[in-house]
Amino acid sequence: MRTINIPEFALVVLIGASGSGKSTFAHQHFKATEIVSSDVCRGLVADDENDQAASKPAFEVLHYLVEKRLEGRRLTVVDATNVRAEDRKSLIALAKKYYALAVAIVINPGQTVCIERNRSRPDRQFGAHVVQNQTRTMKQGLFGLEREGFRQVIELRSVAEINDLTITRQRLWTDLRHETGPFDLVGDIHGCFDELLSLLQGLGYQIGDDEQGVYALPPAGRKLVLVGDLVDRGPKTPQVLRLAMRMVKVGEALCVLGNHEAKLLKWLRGKEVKLSHGLAQSAEQLNQETPEFRTEVATFIDSLISHYVLDGGRLAVAHAGVKENMQMRASGVIKQFCMYGETTGETDEFGLPVRYPWAMDYRGKAKVVYGHTPMPNAEWLNNTICLDTGCVFGGKLTALRYPEMQLQSVPAQQVYCEPVRPLHMPNLSLSAQQEDDDILHFADVSGKRLLETRLNKQVTIYAENAAAALEVMSRFAVNPRWLIYLPPTMAPTSTSTRPDYLEYPTEAFNYYAERGVTEVVCEEKHMGSRAVIVLCRNAALAKQRFGVTSGEIGVIYTRTGRHFFNDASLTQSILERLNQAMQQSGLWEDLQSDWVCLDTEIMPWSAKAMALIREQYAPVGAAARLSMASVSQALQQAAQRGVDLSALQNRVAERGTAVQKYGKAWAHYCWEVQGIEDLRIAPFHLLASEGAVHMDKTHVWHMTQLSRLAEQDKLFHATNSLTVNLSDESQIAAACVWWEQLTQNGGEGMVVKPTDFIAYVKQVPIQPALKCRGKDYLRIIYGAEYDLPDNLQRLKKRGLSRKQSLAMREFALGYEALHRFVEQEPLRRVHECVFGILALESEAVDPRL
Amino acid sequence: MLLTLSTTHQPATDLGFLLHKHPERLHEIEIPQGRALMFYPEASQERCTFALTLELDPVQLVRGSGQKGDSGLLDEYVNDRPYAVSSFLTVALGRALGTAFTGRSKDRQALADTAIPFEVVLTPLPVRGAEDLPERLFAPLGYEVQMERHALLPNQPSWGESPYITLSLKATKRLREVLEHIFVLIPVLDNRKHYFIGKEELEKLLRKGEQWLQTHPEKVLITERYLKHRKALVREALARLSDETPLENQADADRDLNQNLAELALEKPLNLNELRLETVTQVLCERGVQRILDLGCGEGRLLKRLLKEGQFKRVVGVDVSMRALEIAARRVHLDTLSEKQRERIELWQGALTYRDQRFAGFDAIALVEVIEHLELDRLAALERVVFEFARPKLVVLTTPNREFNTRFPNLVNGKLRHADHRFEWTRAEFQAWCERVASTYGYQVAISGIGETDPELGQVTQLGVFTK
Repeated sequence: MRTINIPEFALVVLIGASGSGKSTFAHQHFKATEIVSSDVCRGLVADDENDQAASKPAFEVLHYLVEKRLEGRRLTVVDATNVRAEDRKSLIALAKKYYALAVAIVINPGQTVCIERNRSRPDRQFGAHVVQNQTRTMKQGLFGLEREGFRQVIELRSVAEINDLTITRQRLWTDLRHETGPFDLVGDIHGCFDELLSLLQGLGYQIGDDEQGVYALPPAGRKLVLVGDLVDRGPKTPQVLRLAMRMVKVGEALCVLGNHEAKLLKWLRGKEVKLSHGLAQSAEQLNQETPEFRTEVATFIDSLISHYVLDGGRLAVAHAGVKENMQMRASGVIKQFCMYGETTGETDEFGLPVRYPWAMDYRGKAKVVYGHTPMPNAEWLNNTICLDTGCVFGGKLTALRYPEMQLQSVPAQQVYCEPVRPLHMPNLSLSAQQEDDDILHFADVSGKRLLETRLNKQVTIYAENAAAALEVMSRFAVNPRWLIYLPPTMAPTSTSTRPDYLEYPTEAFNYYAERGVTEVVCEEKHMGSRAVIVLCRNAALAKQRFGVTSGEIGVIYTRTGRHFFNDASLTQSILERLNQAMQQSGLWEDLQSDWVCLDTEIMPWSAKAMALIREQYAPVGAAARLSMASVSQALQQAAQRGVDLSALQNRVAERGTAVQKYGKAWAHYCWEVQGIEDLRIAPFHLLASEGAVHMDKTHVWHMTQLSRLAEQDKLFHATNSLTVNLSDESQIAAACVWWEQLTQNGGEGMVVKPTDFIAYVKQVPIQPALKCRGKDYLRIIYGAEYDLPDNLQRLKKRGLSRKQSLAMREFALGYEALHRFVEQEPLRRVHECVFGILALESEAVDPRL
Repeated sequence: MLLTLSTTHQPATDLGFLLHKHPERLHEIEIPQGRALMFYPEASQERCTFALTLELDPVQLVRGSGQKGDSGLLDEYVNDRPYAVSSFLTVALGRALGTAFTGRSKDRQALADTAIPFEVVLTPLPVRGAEDLPERLFAPLGYEVQMERHALLPNQPSWGESPYITLSLKATKRLREVLEHIFVLIPVLDNRKHYFIGKEELEKLLRKGEQWLQTHPEKVLITERYLKHRKALVREALARLSDETPLENQADADRDLNQNLAELALEKPLNLNELRLETVTQVLCERGVQRILDLGCGEGRLLKRLLKEGQFKRVVGVDVSMRALEIAARRVHLDTLSEKQRERIELWQGALTYRDQRFAGFDAIALVEVIEHLELDRLAALERVVFEFARPKLVVLTTPNREFNTRFPNLVNGKLRHADHRFEWTRAEFQAWCERVASTYGYQVAISGIGETDPELGQVTQLGVFTK
């Protein structure tokens, strides 16, 4: 049996006359979904697989399907006659566009077999001449298949050959996803052998000498990855090559092809090349080596490939970078790109080609590590990093430890070569990523989006919600650089079974107890307005960490990302006070951070909501009061005349009491604010600071840390809280009493949270908090008369699942946003989460929940 | 809420016959969102008072029947509808006193046809921002109008007054007239309605106002408010009220209505907008622009103007507000354009502070009265989006001239022209910005103005034309 090997990602074009058995062959060797058949496409557009009149639209569909599959890097088999070069041309073009290798399989059992088979099929009664023509045309083209662009041509000349065949698939050379590291990736070496050794030594490689020369033994399990340009310009190209070749050979190292190696190979092969750009040095040094060594080098370079994709697709390595649509594919275009990157066609003032900053547009999942362009420092940009820090030009040699993501470098011992273009002077204000972050892309937030979060797998943002968020974000939100978090919505506790309550703590405790939580924290719910505070120690640090150049030291924004105060100077003076409290309490010191992000409530409610109170809540109260008074007076008059109205009078009296309570419900939350001294700020989550999202700490920790601010400055308020052991009935009872007292004294209610901040059931996170609101506070939400028995009974039929799901998704996005910021990911990656929260907020959920 | 209707015509208890409601009983009828209750607080020979109140179901009110549009205005969960005098009351009134509305009385027809002294008290009646309105509405009809204002919070004068009054109206009239007046004018005072306003409502207005609306000095306001500002209905109603055949030509009708509205408006209209659009269109025409991107197109006024010029082969409007885009689509009749016309125009949602690949490849970008809606610290993003990434050959940009604001009689000193304006620039500020942007991104800029010119203050609108 004959076995043929094809790439696991390829465009396989079957070529054969009608009746040659292509479809049968295809189904024998490939998955049904891998086969795109012209007959099926005819059927799709014209309800008849043999309708030749439908060929044009049918092939349009066929091409479209092929294109979509190749775009998704899926092996695709085209089942059509494909006998004419013209038919194949468009398919070859598609393969090129998506960097797929094209494979031709010619199926030719002989004319007679085809004619015979067609005769036995009632739908193929088109006569022998068709097959004869097809066979003739096919044979004419066979010799030119390679020239047409097929990388592999397999010809099967008989029924026996066709039947006696196994097809195996081979992984592409670039596909090293099974190599999971850990890796040490090193930038452009250019013959700087001494620096390489000291860098490797610093990375824990054991350096020594043996009969084969210098060795560098990696620490257990680690692997060295060289991004190319090992040669030229520097003093010790042969030594670098010798070590690299040795390590690659035994699997201690991987190496991709650099443009300097490619040129060196030409020289080694005796081709005419200009000895420029440092090739002269290599030539001179290699000329002192043996011819055998030079042959060995040539073989080595010849074996290098354009790029590697490693660690399950999470890491890609190429000399000058590799775009997402090129990864794990193969073509001359990719090879060129990986060696040289992209240029705009222009040249700069030094006569060097202007490079197109492909990394600016990079949105791929794999981190791309590359070199080629000397930079003063290795910096992350959109999940890519260039490790060429110009060692040979007197810069440094840099390594990236993966997956630790630590950078390590050694300075050049000298300037071996003067750069044509001076090494970029470091931009002192903003990092490359921050420069790039200056502009967010519409395409990164618009339309339906699936956001991967570490807490809650995928969160879907629908296009219409994104559209709504775009308006809020672009018209009202603060500078997106500040907007690293938005607070999630919070679900209320399940509806109480008590006849006179809509919400009562019991259900909140039950929720957590049933899910295996042993201890919860009850926190007083402040009735003010939610505010997120981001604060830096000073403006210079704000610029450095957030890329904000306005001179502000922080920001205070609402739950929809707007400035909390219209008065910027008030904001800044609050931030100054907070900064001072952070300093005096020692919190800056303890957190080891220059910035902090706090979740807070700012009181009074009226400070932010005065318009709402004046325009809505208070007038409703006035109308209710006036209405009840006038009606009850009129009733009394009529009753005095002897008309029997007692039932109605009772109802009015009952409603009157409810209305009176409503009139008082919000009075606790209003006081006049003249200036900063009249405000109260209650921080309740210390969300994040440098290097840490603090959601891995208990709420007790948060309360303790934040109360230190209250000790320093009366502007800040500690939040009352109570820890409850859920297996202790008396503690639960005490917490209920605590809540009742709290709410009877005008408190809004409380929030019940698992002490551990995030609790899971079978690895799935559960509600991070449930609110339990007081009886009278709920009047503001549900209306003055909500708790009259008839009303309450109906209001209790409320569904909470959508709200709970929303709370969970928003929490996951907020958690993700903070982590991405802390991990210094590009702003767009933080922004898409924050944007997602805003978008989710436009989902239709009963706003009273 | 409470409506009382009293008479001192003797015997006063005849009121019961006029209303077909016995004074010694509680009367109850079902209405869609609850029930109406009627009784008589007073019923003597000298004076008889009929009272109507509603018990509206607050839970049902906000839930509606679950059908779209059914819950009407009740998008707010906490609202005054269960308590205030509103269209709920007039609807109940119509149902409860149907016969009285027709002017008939089974037992006292002569009395029904006679003008007798009535006093109507309505409380609490919302009169948002129009304290003189009750007087303007009822006095021309011959009522003696008395109003009592009420504090927002009891015993807390610092909170000021509530939007509710107790309105008392006295007049000697036929009962039917009194009922018609309050039926029409309560929703006008309240300026909200809880149900859909359609053609039927127009007929109702004309029927109930047949005898008096035509000559009422506030006819326009009453019609507009009663019909919830639905232009087409208002137009038709006013036309029919003025005893003319309905206006066929919509443009004429629009002009008529606009003139009426203009009389009501406090400020003198400048019609600056038209002039601005004209100027911008002219600039684009002169430069031979074919593909034009209108960033911040809003409700599509410029788009509509541009489409009239055959020169523009591709006109794209971009706005961040989906609502604005819907209005723009209607304005340019997007759904009914012929294929050829449809190919010329597109509407996209987009934001001016986000880089957008779609913005590339246009000859010109128009930014008409747009930049002032951005926070100053976000303006840099717009600069890059337009001048660095989209990079058309021509950018036409307008923005208010802040110096000119002192010429607007109704603009409080230091205020901006629009509540959403984040800034307005003086001529010097605008010039400095234009020149910096032009030099940063390699453009030339010519600065001029649009609209009325003041020798000291310059023109109303500033215009910057950037070319590459």
